[in-house]
Amino acid sequence: MGNTAAVVAPSPGGARRFLKRLQDGDEIAHMLTLIFAASVLLIAVLLVYELWIHSSESRQRFGFNFFFTQTWDPNSGQFGALPYIYGTIVTSVLALLISVPLGVGAAIFLAELAPARVSNMLTFLVELLAAVPSVIYGLLAIFSLVPLLRTYIEPGLKATLGFLPMFQGPIYGIGFLAAGLILAIMTFPFIISISREALLEVPREQREAALALGATKWESTWQVVVPYAKLGIMGSIFLALARALGETMAVTMVIGNDPRIKASLFAPGYTIAAVIANEFSEAVNGLHQSALIELGLVLFLLTMILNAGARLLIIATTKKGSSRE
Amino acid sequence: MKTRRTFLFGSVIAGFLALGASAYAMVQINAAGATFPAAIYQKWFEKFKTAHPDDQINYQAIGSGGGVRQLTEGTVDFGASDFPLTDEQIAKITKYHVLHFPTVMGGVVPTYNVEGVSTDLKFTGQLLADIFSAKISKWNDAEIAKVNPGVKLPSTDIVVVHRSEGSGTTFVFTDFLSTVSPDWKNKIGKGPTVSWPSGLGAKGNEGVAGQVKQTPGAIGYVELFYAIQNKMPFGAVQNQAGKFLKASLESVTEAAAGAAKSMPADFRVSIVNAPGANAYPLSTFTWLLIPDSIPDAGKKKAIVEFLHWMLTTGQNDAAPLSYAPLPKSVIAKEEAQIAKIH
Repeated sequence: MGNTAAVVAPSPGGARRFLKRLQDGDEIAHMLTLIFAASVLLIAVLLVYELWIHSSESRQRFGFNFFFTQTWDPNSGQFGALPYIYGTIVTSVLALLISVPLGVGAAIFLAELAPARVSNMLTFLVELLAAVPSVIYGLLAIFSLVPLLRTYIEPGLKATLGFLPMFQGPIYGIGFLAAGLILAIMTFPFIISISREALLEVPREQREAALALGATKWESTWQVVVPYAKLGIMGSIFLALARALGETMAVTMVIGNDPRIKASLFAPGYTIAAVIANEFSEAVNGLHQSALIELGLVLFLLTMILNAGARLLIIATTKKGSSRE
Repeated sequence: MKTRRTFLFGSVIAGFLALGASAYAMVQINAAGATFPAAIYQKWFEKFKTAHPDDQINYQAIGSGGGVRQLTEGTVDFGASDFPLTDEQIAKITKYHVLHFPTVMGGVVPTYNVEGVSTDLKFTGQLLADIFSAKISKWNDAEIAKVNPGVKLPSTDIVVVHRSEGSGTTFVFTDFLSTVSPDWKNKIGKGPTVSWPSGLGAKGNEGVAGQVKQTPGAIGYVELFYAIQNKMPFGAVQNQAGKFLKASLESVTEAAAGAAKSMPADFRVSIVNAPGANAYPLSTFTWLLIPDSIPDAGKKKAIVEFLHWMLTTGQNDAAPLSYAPLPKSVIAKEEAQIAKIH
C-alpha cells in the first residue's frame, strides 16, 4: 500500500488521496510500524558490528585458528574457542533431545486428550515454570539434581551403558549431563506452552474430517493435527534451542567450567555464554577481552547455523512423513 | 485545563532544578573495581559521608578488571584492584600517573572434604602446586602423608575445585604457587584466570565452598574472610620460615609487616610467601588506584581527606568485617605517598 502511494504521489489527485490517507492515519500507522520493524534489523546489525569491531585484535591474531584450537590461556595469550563451541553444542543438543519429545508429547496431551479443566490447570503451571529465573533452576540443580546424578543416575548409567565412551570416566555429578538436564528442564515449558497454542489453533474441521474418514482419535491427532501445527511446534523448538544456547547462569553453576573436550557426558565442560560471563569482568588485558568478544560473535554465528540446521532437519523429516501418507 | 497542565509541568521542572542546585554544593566521586574489599569500602564511604556530608563517593564493585578498564578510559575518578597494575597497564594511562594505595589485606585458605579426616591438614606450597596441577591424584599419596604424620588418609581420588570467574583470590593463590614451584610458574603462571590443568570451576567463594562440601575428596581455596564468617574448617600452610600456619587476621597482617622492609616505593608488591616466623604465606593487599593529578579541587580535597581517614580511623573497621588491617610500617609509608597527589 505504501508503495502505490509513493508511485502515484506526483499526480495532483494522487497527492490529495495521499493527504487524505495521511489524515485517516493509515500512512502514519504504516510508517510507524515500519520503523519499529526496522529497529529489529538495526539492533541485529549493530550487535554484529560492535562484536566485529571489538574482536578485531583477537581476529587478527588467531584468524580461523580461533575455531580449531583448544588452548585457552590468558597468561600466555593463547585463545581457542573449540572447547566452548563443543560444550555449547553438546549441552544444547542433549537438552533438546530430552525436552522435544517430552514437550511435544505433553503439549499433545494438554491440547487434544486432557479434559479442559486439567489442561487449563497444567497449562497455568507450565507458564509459571517458564517464568522462573534461571538462577533458581541453577540452585535447584546444585542442591538436588547434581547429588542425584552423582549418587544414583551416573553410577547406574556407568554400570549398564559403561561400554559407551559417553558414559565412562570419573563421576563428579556436575558436568555435561547435569547441564544438559537442567537445560532440558528449562526449555521444556517453552515447548509445551507454544506447541499447545499451535495445536489448539488447528481448525475443528480438520479433526472432524479425519474422524469421518474412519481415523481413530490418535490417528487424527498424530497424522492430521500435529502436521497441521508443524510450524508452531517448530517455532517452539527454535525458541527452546535459542534459550539453551544462550543460557548462562544455570549452566555455569553445574557444568564444571573446565574448557576441555571430553567424550564422556560425566566430564566437566564449558559453554560460550558461561565463559563470557565468568571471565569478562576480570579480563584485564586487551587480547583476553577481545577473544571473549569474539566468542560472543561465535555464539551469534552458532545460533544462526544451528537454527538453520534445525529448520532444514525438520523440513526434511516432515516431508518424508507427508509423502508416506 | 491547559494552564493546569502547564503549571504541573513547570513545577516538575522547578523540582529538578532545585535538586540540581542542592547537588551542586556536593562533591560526587565515582569509583569502581574489586569485589573482594567491596564490603569494607561500602562501609567506609558511608561513614566518610556521615563525617563529610558534602563528599559523596559511589563505589561499584564490578571486579578488578572492570575497575582498571574504567580508570583507563577515564570514566571513574579512581579505581580499586586486587592486584597491582603491570608496567604496560600503567603506560596505557597517559593523562596522569597512577598511585597504588594498599587499603586492607586478605588471605586465601585451602579447604577440603576428606572422609574420616577430622584434624586440620597441613600443606606445603609444593604440595598444593602438585595437587592443583594433578600430579598428586590420591589423598593417601606419600607426599601428603609425609607432612601429615599420624593422620589416616583414605585412598579417595582428589577432585580439584577452583574459581570459574576471574578473581583476585585466584591471583593470590596462583601467585603463591608460582613463587614456590618453578614448574607451576613455567607451565601455568599466575593471574586472575589461569589455564587450570584439571578440576571443576565454581563461581565465587560460595560456589567453591559448596562444591567442596558436596564432592567427596574435593579440595579448593576460598578467601579467609569467607571461611571465618561461615566458620568453615580449613588447612594450614607452610610459610617461608618453615612453620605450618593456619590463617588468621594477625598472621596476614604479619605477612605485610614482613614484606614492608623490602617494599618498593610504589607499593606494587606481592606479599605471598613473605618472610617472618608468623607470616601467613597466602596473603595479599588490595589496592586503591588513585591518579596523582586531580584537576578538580573539590574532588582532590575529598580524596586526600578520605585517604588520611582510611589509613587512621578507617582501619578500625577492618577486623570486625574479617579483613586484616594494615601494619603501622605500611601506613606510615602510605601517608608519605598522599603528598604526591597534586
